[in-house]
Amino acid sequence: MNRLEKKLKKLKATGRKALISYITAGYPNIGSTKKIVSCLESSGTDIIELGLPFSDPIADGPVIQHSSHKALERGMTPQIILQIISRIRKTSQIPLIIMTYLNPVYRYGVERFFADASKAGLDGMIIPDITPEEGRVIINLSKKYNISVIFLITPTTVKSRQGFILEKSRGFVYVVSITGVTGPRKEFHPSIIQFLKEIRRKTKKPLMLGFGISHPQQLKKVKNLVDGVIIGSAIVKITGKPTQSAINEALKRFLKPFRAELDRRTNGN
Amino acid sequence: MNPNKKGYFGKFGGRFVPETLMNAIEELTDTYFRMRKDKKFNQKLSGYLKDFVGRPTPLYFAQNFTNLLKGPKIYFKREDLCHTGSHKINNTIGQVLLAKEIGKTRIIAETGAGQHGVATATAAALFGLKCEVYMGEEDIKRQSVNVERMKLLGTKVVPVSSGTKTLKDAINEAMRDWVANVEDTFYVIGSAIGPHPYPLMVRNFQSVIGKEVRKQLLSVEGRLPDCLVACVGGGSNSIGLFSTFYNDKKVKFIGVEAGGFGLNTPKHSSTLGAGSVGILHGTKTYILQDKHGQILPTHSISAGLDYPGVGPEHSFYKESGRAQYVSVTDKEVLKAFHLFSEIEGIIPALESTHAIAYMMKNAKKFKKSDVVVVGLSGRGDKDSGIVEENE
Repeated sequence: MNRLEKKLKKLKATGRKALISYITAGYPNIGSTKKIVSCLESSGTDIIELGLPFSDPIADGPVIQHSSHKALERGMTPQIILQIISRIRKTSQIPLIIMTYLNPVYRYGVERFFADASKAGLDGMIIPDITPEEGRVIINLSKKYNISVIFLITPTTVKSRQGFILEKSRGFVYVVSITGVTGPRKEFHPSIIQFLKEIRRKTKKPLMLGFGISHPQQLKKVKNLVDGVIIGSAIVKITGKPTQSAINEALKRFLKPFRAELDRRTNGN
Repeated sequence: MNPNKKGYFGKFGGRFVPETLMNAIEELTDTYFRMRKDKKFNQKLSGYLKDFVGRPTPLYFAQNFTNLLKGPKIYFKREDLCHTGSHKINNTIGQVLLAKEIGKTRIIAETGAGQHGVATATAAALFGLKCEVYMGEEDIKRQSVNVERMKLLGTKVVPVSSGTKTLKDAINEAMRDWVANVEDTFYVIGSAIGPHPYPLMVRNFQSVIGKEVRKQLLSVEGRLPDCLVACVGGGSNSIGLFSTFYNDKKVKFIGVEAGGFGLNTPKHSSTLGAGSVGILHGTKTYILQDKHGQILPTHSISAGLDYPGVGPEHSFYKESGRAQYVSVTDKEVLKAFHLFSEIEGIIPALESTHAIAYMMKNAKKFKKSDVVVVGLSGRGDKDSGIVEENE
């Protein structure tokens, strides 16, 4: 069990819903990433996703396209993200997941990346342009290097493939709330409830809901059907603020009501 | 050759896409494999290719060009004479027919030079479907004639301002649109790139080029060509010409990439000549990337070749040695553009001119008794502005 799996087990045991925060590593600059991680942790984040930027992020909306572009301009590379992770590990044991596209990992050498990332202290990988059908190599490396490879399930996933994805995903299952790219949305499509109930019946693995989450009211209807939520673009937008103290302050203010909503006990499901 | 079940030509190809698209892609694969053998579908397709597109296109013996170069006998496959002015329509008619079959009501496409955009807009108009085409702002500027044509055909042209504002970024935006609207939208990809089954499907729709060449050349020369030459960006016209002759090992294939300012500069689009293996736009293939796996900006005088990837089947041809890939520079292309227009009476698209420029440079390497077929994939009316600007 890696840090992520231990954390998920503990969350389940205590009945706490996970708050997962995504940031683009290297945005607004390389030095800020460790500081932002520490601020997110102290603001109630349970698990952190670090985006390793790619020049052509086809699953991302304008916010993450912009932050990726800027982070690359600042010189973010796979080597640097692994150094940042090593540095975070000196002071924190918060579960860390890298979210990126296949090409930067492929170029680095897929096995070499898993090996180095494991040494640096990484716990999970999300690569949205790999489905389990193309995922044989990373699934095997996941076991060898004890890094959870997490797959995505979406409202367009046909029933016949749902079980396959739920089985192959390790740690948790990334449930995409919408048919679309990343980015803040006002509300979920009403069919989300049916979709969540359906996959909830099919797996005991933790379900984490992401894409389009930008305000705490959205969580009311869905939180009892999932084990946690992932907030990305809304956080990335805040990290674009000009000073570290402005970022920290705004992040704390932004996350507080999400944490409160997740922690509030409600009846029924 | 055919790819394996997962869409691999050797180690190239596959299907690297966000989960949201998997259902649509599997649906497309099922429908395509069913329709591929469906008599009615094929009759319908060839009916449109004949009466609407104007196929078969001529195989033209270029007497003047041949005499001038004092090299082999050179024939041109006249895809420039297709309706809309390039080979792109062979594929868009096929794909839009499939879209109708699946029941999609909205068509999207990317375009570089605008030829695929116009061809998609045309097919969408013909079959009564809504259509939006993504086009980089840079390309909108340099191929404005085609932008006007798309609008006349009732298509909405969506400017793309991200990244390098060219073909690669238009594909990114089209994919994002597809991810968001996959329920009612069909993505008509214009080249033999993208996730399986696109490289196979586009190749097969374009293989009408090679099949006609075989028949036409057998009837005038009584034999197969010694060599086929075609330009390669994503590589749809070239793979359409080459693939039919795959098993005729004596027929040489030469793919001509965009050398831009030269391969010793960063300003070119020679993916097979200077790239390395990676994953872009859903497929594993040669791409132009930096040492960290970020996609590099590209350059070519021709918007249609200005792309950092290439179809996976070409990568396979390169690695297996079945085809040879070379490049010519912008300068050589401009020279060939003028010369060919003046002596042959045909204004070629800048894309296709890459193949012509290769012949000008290398005619002496062939035997006089050789027969070479060059793919003239499109006409060059659209390019007069760029040519003027570059002189």
